[in-house]
Amino acid sequence: MPLLEVHDLRTVFHTEAGTVRAVDGVSFSVEPGRILGIVGESGCGKSVSALSVMRLVPDPPGRIAGGRIIWKDRDLLQLPPRQMPSIRGREISMIFQDPMTSLNPVFTVWRHLREVLWKRFGLKGEAARKRAFQALGEVGIPDPESRLAAYPHELSGGMKQRIMIALALLCEPDLLIADEPTTALDVTIQKQILFLMRELQKRTGMAIVLITHNLGVVAETCDDVVVMYAGKVAEEATVHSLFRRPTHPYTKGLLESLPHKGLTREKPLPMIEGTVPSLVDPPTGCRFAPRCFRAEERCTREEPELLTKTVGRKAACHFPLGEDEP
Amino acid sequence: MSTSAPASDLLLESRDLTKHYPVRGGFFSRQAAVVRAVDGLSFEVRRGETIALVGESGCGKSTLGRVLVRLEDPTSGLLRFGGVNTTALSRREIFALRRKIQMIFQDPYSSLNPRMTIGEIVREPLEIHRMGRRSEQEQRVEGLLAEVGLSGEMMSRYPHEFSGGQRQRIGIARALALDPELIVADEPLSALDVSVQAQVINLLVRLQREHNLTYVLISHDLMVVEYLSDRVAIMYLGKIVETGTREDVFERTAHPYTRALIASSPVPDPAQRGEARPIEGEIPSPINPPAGCAFHPRCPFAIDECRMAVPPLEPVGKKSSPEHFAACIRKHEI
Repeated sequence: MPLLEVHDLRTVFHTEAGTVRAVDGVSFSVEPGRILGIVGESGCGKSVSALSVMRLVPDPPGRIAGGRIIWKDRDLLQLPPRQMPSIRGREISMIFQDPMTSLNPVFTVWRHLREVLWKRFGLKGEAARKRAFQALGEVGIPDPESRLAAYPHELSGGMKQRIMIALALLCEPDLLIADEPTTALDVTIQKQILFLMRELQKRTGMAIVLITHNLGVVAETCDDVVVMYAGKVAEEATVHSLFRRPTHPYTKGLLESLPHKGLTREKPLPMIEGTVPSLVDPPTGCRFAPRCFRAEERCTREEPELLTKTVGRKAACHFPLGEDEP
Repeated sequence: MSTSAPASDLLLESRDLTKHYPVRGGFFSRQAAVVRAVDGLSFEVRRGETIALVGESGCGKSTLGRVLVRLEDPTSGLLRFGGVNTTALSRREIFALRRKIQMIFQDPYSSLNPRMTIGEIVREPLEIHRMGRRSEQEQRVEGLLAEVGLSGEMMSRYPHEFSGGQRQRIGIARALALDPELIVADEPLSALDVSVQAQVINLLVRLQREHNLTYVLISHDLMVVEYLSDRVAIMYLGKIVETGTREDVFERTAHPYTRALIASSPVPDPAQRGEARPIEGEIPSPINPPAGCAFHPRCPFAIDECRMAVPPLEPVGKKSSPEHFAACIRKHEI
């Protein structure tokens, strides 16, 4: 049974230019103990989907306009807002691209941890300090003593992200949502953080939703993948089948457009022409149709549903790529 | 480094180039320390090639780019462009030099003036350098926009009306306006979405061919670097630790840091997922770099000697090209 099920989620933002349908009928589920990657380009709705699950969409201008978010037999969208804190940070934790948005610049690391340890566990004094040491050790922070006394600005980007992970895991959540957690980091540090997340996942058995624009990060970290495009899910599959045999032309286009080992500029990169459509006035039919090399008349008229193609994979495409194709 | 290209091929040459920034603090803001952002770099750029400067934050690659286009003065060292020492030029001569060296920036959002139309932005270099009459300039702008794949009717529109990829095209058109010889591109792709990245990469390759451009590409993305460059220089804390042809650096990697970078860069193929432990430690502060080889605290191959002296950049030899250099005393053992 899935841990989290999102059904037909719709989140809109009211702007001067009109209503932006940032998330427009998105469904996905997270299985216990697995790492789900949600991948897509800017504006595809991947972050807004995550914020919607946490009920953290800024309102106004945003509003969750419909759908269901089933978490442990409850629909989070039906929950009174005052009950969300019992879930948020306890059962579902979230970390962000920029740890500074979540760390208070005038508090030391110790004060951040102390607050959670006291409020959530009633720990104080030596017991709290011991638990804080342990938490920092678990996320691979050397010399926890001096780190506890540090202010956020005294820490490197990688260290701040480790502190955020330590804070997020204090309450032993069943699900960790990580929104572009390594995008601001250098590659050697990114590798460390992704490795840490995989290790922690194995050790604690929690599930992770990893939101990223980087297909390499998905390939190295995730078990399952949801590909989003223009507010909708384009394709869903296990990581191996998605990279080996993409069925949605958008996924295939994305994978092919990446420079990869052995390829040089003698050969032009295959590219997806055009740009992402406006979500105020999206194209009718399939939103990818104007850029799609396989599009036919039906694609511009009729919106494709996200249908199960084979076991474990779904695609929203009238003419998905099959096994017989290159 | 003494790779010897024929003088006519040599476009840019740097010798022991340094750029230090003072760090002020304490009483009366006295100079408290110095950041050695670029610390004694020697390298050459040849006409028509793409050389990539690669490294992580604090390695000095962006500072170096800014010194190359003379947005910043070097602290010491020599920088020759087309045989002329640019460190000894007057302001007027630097102004003239800018016609030949242009820059493309990372962030297409902050590098275009939001109050100027696209036409004005691309025409501005022509106006500053008094190239032709107004009508000729406008014709040239239309031609430039067409070259980067934008239609002439966009000239009267403002930057906010464009997507990131389109803005980067506008920045490229502006860089081309004066018909430069050298373009320094500082992370030109990292702010772009994946599907747009390939478009801009292909555009850069086409323009290089058509205009016989020389590129200095500053990037942290090894996949992009391997695709685009002829030669590569890997930097760590203000120094070049390895340099050579693309094949030297990627196929015959000699420096442990280059190895770590390659092993860390995510590969979009789950079948190649390795469970190898990532390299440990953080990038040290350039204010107080470790003694000896700056990479030794993180290096799995480090021995006592690595802490003693800064290893010189020396030929790798063996199966490498004569241009392959690495600054590691154990380069032949690993």
